[in-house]
Amino acid sequence: MCLSIPVKIEAIDGVQAIGELGGSTLKVRLDLLPDTLVGEYVLLHSGFAIERLNESDALNTLSLLQEIMNDEMD
Amino acid sequence: MKWIDEFRDKTIVKALVSEIKKISKTPIRLMEVCGGHTMAIHRFGIQQLLPSTIELLSGPGCPVCVTDQRYIDHAIALARHTDVIVATFGDLIRVPGSSSSLEKERSMGADVRIFVSPVDAVDVAKENPLKKVVFLGIGFETTTPTIAMSILQAYNEDVLNYYVLSAHKIMPPAMRAIIDENIRINGYICPGHVSSISGIGIYSEFPEKYGVSAVVSGFEPIDILQSILMSVHQLESNKPRVENQYNRFVQPQGNLVAQQIVSTVFSPIDTYWRGIGMIPLSGLSLNSTFAQHIAEQNIEVDIEPLKISSGCICGDILRGLKRPTDCPLFATVCSKENPVGACMVSNEGACAAYYLYEQ
Amino acid sequence: MKGRVPPIIYMNSDRSTIKLDHGSGGTQSHELIEGLFRKRFSVNQNLLMSPDASPFIIGGQKLRVTTDSYVVDPLFFQGGNIGTLAVCGTINDLAVSGAVPKALTCGFILEEGFPLSDLELIVDTMAELSKRLGVPIIAGDTKVVDKGKVDGCFINTTGIGLEREDSGHVSLGDQVIEGDVVILSGPMGDHGMTIMSARHGLDLSHQLSSDCAPLYAMISAILNEHASDVRFMRDATRGGVATVCCEWVEDRTLGIELMEDHLPVRESVRGICEILGIDPLYVANEGRMVIIAASAAADRILSILHSFPEGEGAAIIGTVQKISPSRVVLRTTFGSSRFLSMLSGSQLPRIC
Repeated sequence: MCLSIPVKIEAIDGVQAIGELGGSTLKVRLDLLPDTLVGEYVLLHSGFAIERLNESDALNTLSLLQEIMNDEMD
Repeated sequence: MKWIDEFRDKTIVKALVSEIKKISKTPIRLMEVCGGHTMAIHRFGIQQLLPSTIELLSGPGCPVCVTDQRYIDHAIALARHTDVIVATFGDLIRVPGSSSSLEKERSMGADVRIFVSPVDAVDVAKENPLKKVVFLGIGFETTTPTIAMSILQAYNEDVLNYYVLSAHKIMPPAMRAIIDENIRINGYICPGHVSSISGIGIYSEFPEKYGVSAVVSGFEPIDILQSILMSVHQLESNKPRVENQYNRFVQPQGNLVAQQIVSTVFSPIDTYWRGIGMIPLSGLSLNSTFAQHIAEQNIEVDIEPLKISSGCICGDILRGLKRPTDCPLFATVCSKENPVGACMVSNEGACAAYYLYEQ
Repeated sequence: MKGRVPPIIYMNSDRSTIKLDHGSGGTQSHELIEGLFRKRFSVNQNLLMSPDASPFIIGGQKLRVTTDSYVVDPLFFQGGNIGTLAVCGTINDLAVSGAVPKALTCGFILEEGFPLSDLELIVDTMAELSKRLGVPIIAGDTKVVDKGKVDGCFINTTGIGLEREDSGHVSLGDQVIEGDVVILSGPMGDHGMTIMSARHGLDLSHQLSSDCAPLYAMISAILNEHASDVRFMRDATRGGVATVCCEWVEDRTLGIELMEDHLPVRESVRGICEILGIDPLYVANEGRMVIIAASAAADRILSILHSFPEGEGAAIIGTVQKISPSRVVLRTTFGSSRFLSMLSGSQLPRIC
C-alpha cells in the first residue's frame, strides 16, 4: 500500500511547498518534514512529504547493484 | 523520472535475477505485507523471473482489503445522511458492504467525494459549514500521519464540521498474528513506506523471536529483487535479521515528527481485520482532545445488520493460506466488475492482481 | 491458464441503478451497450451499431453516421474545452471508420445560470474547428434545464460522412493477419490525466495538456497511400489503448502482444499516473488512435504520422500474434508478461 513517489522540492513557503515530477508541479505539504530544503527529493504521500531522499545511501545502493551486475557479466 | 527509473534498469534486473538463481537452494516462502508490493510484483511480472525455489505470498497489506465490513456499513450509513459529505480516497468507493457500497449510494444521490489529500477535505468542510464532512481514515503507518494532520488542522482552525471515521491500522501486530496462526513463511518483505514513518525497529521481533527474515523493501522492481536476494542470503546462511534495502527513503528511527503527530492525535485500540478477526492494539482511534472530530461519537447513524457473503475466502487469502484461484467464487461470481470480497476490490488486493494480470 | 470468464454484471450485482462505471468505456459500458441498447435497437442486422461510426446506405451511397455526447468536468481545460471535444471526437469517429466527414449536428443542454461568455467561448471553438476542417454544423438544438439538473453544459454532436471506397474494412478490422503491427499515433494518457489533474488540483504549472485534436487530415494522408495496408483503426478514447486492443481481440483467433518498452508516455503524464496509481494504458485520449497495419507498410505509415504535429511521438507498440488468441499480452521491460483486460470501472486516484 501507500503509494509514494519521489518529487523534487522547487519552492517552499512555510509548510506549503511546490514539488516537481516529470515536469508537472504539485502542492506538497511539509508539516511532517519541516526542515526540507529546496532542491531535495522527498517521498510524496497523499499530499504530504513523508521522508527525504538520503542521496548518499541511494548512490551506495546503485553502486552495489552495479557491482552485482559487473560480477554477473564476468 | 529521477530516483524511479534508475531502479527499473533492466540489465540490473537481469543481474539480480541470475544472482538469486545462483544462490537460492532451499525452497522458501516470502510474504509481502504491502499492497504496493503486491501490485509491483504483478505489474513487473516478478514472480515469473524467479527460480521455483522462491514463492511469493501476499499478506494483509492492503488497507482496503483488511477494512472490516462493519466499517464499510458505517460509512454507507453516513453517506445516507443528507447533511453528510463522505470524503474518501478512491480506493474505498467500490468496497462492498452488507447490502451496498459507497459507489451505489453515490449513484442514488449521496454526496461521496474522492480526495487525493485529506487536508483538501478540511477546505471542503470550511466551504460547506452546514454540512458534516466525514473523512474515511484508512491506511497504515504511512497514511495515518496525513489524516492526523487534517484533524490537527481542523482542530486548530475550529473547523467543527470535519470528522474522521478511523479504521487506521498498525502493521506489526498483523504480521505477528500471521506467524502465530502457524502460517509457514520464511521471511517478510517489509513495507518500505510504512517504515519511512515507523523506522525499522518495529520488525526486530520477527528474526529474534520467530527466526524469520525481515527485509525492508522499496517498490521498484530492482528494490524488490534486491530485497529477495537479501532474504535468500539471510536464509541460506541461516542468519535471519532486519535489513534495510530501502535506506534511501527509510531511516532506522523513521520520521520522528510524523510519529509525534500520530501519537498526539491517535491511541492504539483493539480492532477487527477483515478475514483475520480481532487483533489486540492493532488499530488507532482519536484521542479525547479531538472528540469533537470523531464521527462515531458525533453523528448518529443507523447501521444495517452485518451480512457476510458466503463462500468468499478473502480471509484465508489475506493470511496467505490460499491463493485467489482456490476460491470457488473467483472469476465466476466475484469479478473485478462485481467484487464480492475486498481482495478483489482494491487493485492491489491479491485477487484483483490475479484477475487483472495472471488469469 | 484457463479461459477468461466474461464479466456477468447482470447476474449477481445490483442492477437497479446506473452507476458512473457504466459510462467509463470499460466492461460495464460494454455490458450496457450489448445487453440493452444493441439488443433492443438493432432490428435490422444491416444497421448494426458499430463502436465508432455505423455504415448505412442511401440511394446506393455508402454513408457513415455517429453520435456522441460530451460531458466533461472541468468544461475548460489545458489544450481545449468541451467544444473541442464535441467537434473533434465525432469527426474522429467518422475518420477512423474510413469515412470522409461531411456534416455535423449539435445539441446543447444548458444549465440555468450558465455564463453566456463561457458558452460563447465554447461555440467559437466549435465554429473555428468546423470551418478549419471543412465540416459544417448544419443543424442544432438547445435546451435549458433548471439549475442543478445538469453540470453547466452538455453537448451532443452527430456526424455524417461518406465512406471511402477503399477503406470500408478498417472499422471492423477483420482483415488483420498474424504479424501485422500495432501502431499508436502519439503519447498516451494526455487528455485523461489533464482532466484528472485539474479536478484534483495537481499539475499547478499546467505542464499537461489534452491531446484532443482532429485526426482526419492525418488519417486521409495514410489512407491515400496505404488503404489496403491499414487493417484496423480506432481512436483510443475512454478506456484507453488497452481497452481498444481488448475490444479488437475479443472473440478472435488472434491476439495482440504489446511491448511495454515501446509504449509512448510523456514524463509528466507518467509522473501523475504514478502518484495516483493509475495505469496510462487505461487513460482516455481524445486525439490518439490505434492502427493495425501490414508490417511491410509500418515504417512508411509511421513517417506519415510523424509529419503531422498530432502524430508526433507515434510508435509501433506491438504485434498481432496467435500465441494467445483473444488476449492482449503485455511483454514487460524485463521480459516477463501479463495479460491486459478491458478497463473495469472508472479510474480513481488511489493512495495505496
